[in-house]
Order: sequence, then structure tokens, then C-alpha cells
Amino acid sequence: MAFIPHTGDDIAQMLEVIGARTIEDLFDEIPPALRARALALPPAMGEMEVGRLLTERAALDGRPLNFIGAGAYEHHIPAPVWAIATRGEFYSAYTPYQAEASQGTLQLIYEYQSMMCGLTGMEVSNASLYDGASALAEACLMAVRANRASNSRRILLPRAVNPTYGQVARTIAGNQDIVFEHVDYDRASGRTLLESVESRAGEDITALVVQQPNFFGCLEEVDELTDWAHRHKILLIAVVNPVSLALLKPPGQWGGGVEGKHGADIVCGEGQPLGVPLSAGGPYFGFMATRMQYVRQMPGRIVGRTVDTEGRPGFSLTLQAREQHIRRSKATSNICTNQGLMVTAATIYLSLLGAEGLARVAQASLQRTADLVDALCRIGGIKTAFGAPRFHEAVLLLDRPAAPVLAALARRGILGGLDLADRYPELGHALLVCATETKLGADIDLYAAALAEIMHPARAAA
Amino acid sequence: MSNIPTDLRYTKSHEWVRQLEDGAAEVGITDHAQSALGDLVFAEVPETGREVHAGEACAVVESVKAASDVYSPLSGNVIAGNAALASQPELLNQEPYGAGWLFRVAPSSADEAAALMSAADYGKYLADEGR
Repeated sequence: MAFIPHTGDDIAQMLEVIGARTIEDLFDEIPPALRARALALPPAMGEMEVGRLLTERAALDGRPLNFIGAGAYEHHIPAPVWAIATRGEFYSAYTPYQAEASQGTLQLIYEYQSMMCGLTGMEVSNASLYDGASALAEACLMAVRANRASNSRRILLPRAVNPTYGQVARTIAGNQDIVFEHVDYDRASGRTLLESVESRAGEDITALVVQQPNFFGCLEEVDELTDWAHRHKILLIAVVNPVSLALLKPPGQWGGGVEGKHGADIVCGEGQPLGVPLSAGGPYFGFMATRMQYVRQMPGRIVGRTVDTEGRPGFSLTLQAREQHIRRSKATSNICTNQGLMVTAATIYLSLLGAEGLARVAQASLQRTADLVDALCRIGGIKTAFGAPRFHEAVLLLDRPAAPVLAALARRGILGGLDLADRYPELGHALLVCATETKLGADIDLYAAALAEIMHPARAAA
Repeated sequence: MSNIPTDLRYTKSHEWVRQLEDGAAEVGITDHAQSALGDLVFAEVPETGREVHAGEACAVVESVKAASDVYSPLSGNVIAGNAALASQPELLNQEPYGAGWLFRVAPSSADEAAALMSAADYGKYLADEGR
């Protein structure tokens, strides 16, 4: 076939066949407010001019000091990570067709799966998913397939789970008759309310989602929640931050009070903290792991280690019968985009840091956040919202709306946190802050000083 | 030529049904089906107590390269799934009409079984299909 763009005649002919007047008609389903308007682009520009324009535009972003987490975290990425990931041998986002011809790619994915199993304490991991939010949606779909004791397609989704994840899960899984029901959090501790979960005993529920640490940065009572779920034949879906797992109990070991049932059933989350830059929100990658018992219900590719006809070790894609090129509409997923390049970076990142290095990153992040919270709470007019133990994120309550304060900080080159007013209006003037190992004492002092000046200008002038 | 026992009833989707003495019906896949699918490595059988309708996909058999639905030939309640297949899926290939059975149903009506194909009809069906 010739790679020539469609002519006006071609397009008119095709539109006529399908009975549409214009190409715009094809997008009728999308509300006008959500459609991209015509882009105001100048006529063609040369490479040099484009380069210059984009450099100028990029400079407008500045280099803000960032204290926002809320699902994407700024960690130091050692230089070798992307130097190696961008080598020609690795620089692809895809598992190739005829995958077994690319033993190196398969070995890398196998090593990645092994590391994710090590981190999560689970038996089997897939080769990654699109991102953390869609990984939760996939985990919910998987739970409905896997929990054969339940027919309700009802999933308990605590409000302390990242609200964006909830929105994505509803968008993807909601159209498949899956119902998401909220579970409230305790206003004092910031944890999911155990009593609120326990009040659902006896109902037909398919799965309970638990995020650890939760969206507020608080550590949930994962053992109690896991055992409760298992006592009622409910699958436990864990959403975890992979860096936190260097310090926290892996989800594969949660609970244990119910005979024969130990740990989360499905573990998923956002892989970005492992060596992937914040960029402008992507590309990131999602991860997912489960028990062997449920492996056939898990979406995504899986690489296995095997031996060839002469007994030599090698790697191959395995359990492909679940996948869409074979199972079509009945595949475990039809959106199992593999973020192979991000997985490559994460695998290199984890290899370089090792278990001890990752624990140091986690420990430093935890400490810096504690320092940040202490520094900000000394200013006056600011206190912590919740009493539960934290990882590297915290909700602060201000004595005034957060939005203007954040705007004033932004003018000083500081991204001071995420305003929770829209997402959690009941909390009042709440601000979600995060400090990772990339924030030094001087950075925290700078933030605290700027915030003090903004909130107490008279005191600063005196 | 595939083996088609004369004491069973058959479906066009290659399941067989055996009438058990207690009125229940045993279901499996035919010799022709197992041979077409190749080495089977996994079988998912329905939960005991599940209500199934004739023609409803209620089990899955998986080979290295394909996964196929198995349709219930009869309406009724599942009274047993073959637990032995979990550790020995090869029984589906080795003894499709015996130890490789998939599930047992308490049929809600006798009419559905009567409407299924006899061994002779199924043999003719395979021949017509050029199988």
C-alpha cells in the first residue's frame, strides 16, 4: 500500500459510504465542551525555530521546588538509569512480535516481575499495565472474574483511596455493571473506618480496596481489613506505593488471622516512583501482582522462565491463552498496554539501588516529610489533620483557604501541595503535602519561611 | 476417525452428555474436540450450585495456544465440577468420555436432553462439516 495521505475525494467518498456529512460528525458523541478547538498554529516552521520556541515555552514552567505528591512522586533518579534504558538494545516500549526472538527483552521483564513479587510478597506479577489508576480498574475487573463466591459485582472503595483512581475505575469498570460503594474515613485518624467496613458484613460484596499508605499519607489498619475481607469471602485489592514497601509489611503478608488465607489477593499500584520522571503526568506504568490461584484471571503479559529442547534456560511469554490476540472479546483485558520502556527504567533503578538503597530512599522520604510537617506547624495557623502514622505525605489544616496561599507560594517558585477543598470539602482548608529524599533541610526551611511570610506578613515586616 | 460412544448425547459445539442413574447428567467434551484443541493444560469448571442455561458458556478449557468455552448442553443446577482436572488437565485428552468429564448438572427438564444429537447424528454432523 502506498503511504499517501487521503485526498479530499477519498475522504468525501468514505464519508458518503458511512453516511456522515463531515469528519466532525464522527465525534458527535463527545460533548462539545470536551472537544479540542482548532489549534492556533503558525504556518510551517523550521527545526531550529521550533527548537527555540519550545525551549522558551519550557522555560516558562520554571524549576519550581515541588512539595506535591498525591500519586506521583519526585525521587532522585541516578544517571545510569536512563543512560542504560535509552541504549538501542532497550529503547522500545513494546514486547516485540515473535517475542521469544528477543531473549534480552524477555529476561528484563522476567527480572522486573521477580522484583515486583519480592517487593509485594506476592506469587506472580505481570509485565506491567498502563498506569496506577487503570491498574486499579483492571484489578476490580479481575476481582469480579476471580471471586466466584460473589455474584454482586459490588466493590467497596474507601474514600481514603486516591479519588482520581476511583474516577478512572468507575469510568472503565462502571460500564460493566460493577458498582462502587464508598466507605468513609475516620476524621480523627485519617484511616478507613473499620466500623464502617464491618457494618457491611453479611452483604454480597466482591472486593474491598485498601490503599497503603492511603491518599492522605496515613497507614491503614491493613491486617484487620484483610482478615475482615477474607472472613466474608471478599477479595482484598491492595493499592500500594512500591517505594513504601521497602519499609512496610508487603501486602502478601497482610492479615493472617483467617485460616488458610494470608495476604492481599490482588496488588496493584503506580510504578512511577521507581525511576520514572514526573514529566507532565506520564508516561508512567502500572503494576499488578496476585496469587498463583488467580493467575489466569490476571490481565497483561507474563514472561516465564523455561528450558529449550536442549535443556538450556530461556524465557518465553506464558499463559497467553488469556490474552486478547487469542481470547478476543473474552480476554482478561483489552487494554493491557505494556509500558515496557518505563518498566526497563524501573528494573534498572531497582537493580542499582537494591533492597537497602530503596529502604534508604523510603526512610529519607519519611523523615523529610516529618521535618516538613514540623516546620510548617510551627508557623501558626497550621496543624496536622490526622493522627495516624504516616509515610511520606500529610494533610495539613490551614486557618484560611489554601488556594490563594498556594498561588502566592507558586509566585515564589514553590509548589506548596495539593489543595483538597474540591475533593474533600468536609475537611475545611486542607492541604496535602509531600517531601521525598529530594527535599533537603534548606528546601524545607525555604518553604516554611515563604509560607510564614505569606500567612503572617505583619510579623515578617516587624 | 474419532471415538463417538453410542450411549451418549451430543451437541453441535462438541459437548457430550451422559445420563446418570440418579437423574443427573454428566458433561464433557468429545474426542473430536480434545483432538482438535491439542494438549489441554487447564480447565475451569463451574461452581457447585451455579444455575446454568442450555447454551450458556460455563466452563473453559485451555490449551497452550487457545482457550475455548464449553457450553452447558442442559439447563439446571451444577451439582459437581471435576476437581481432578485441576491437577490433571491431561485427563481431558486421555479419557474425554471418562475421567475427563467436566461437570454434572441436575437438569430442570428432560426435554432438552432428548433434543440433543445421537451418536449416529453427531458422527454424520462431523462428516458433513468435513471434520
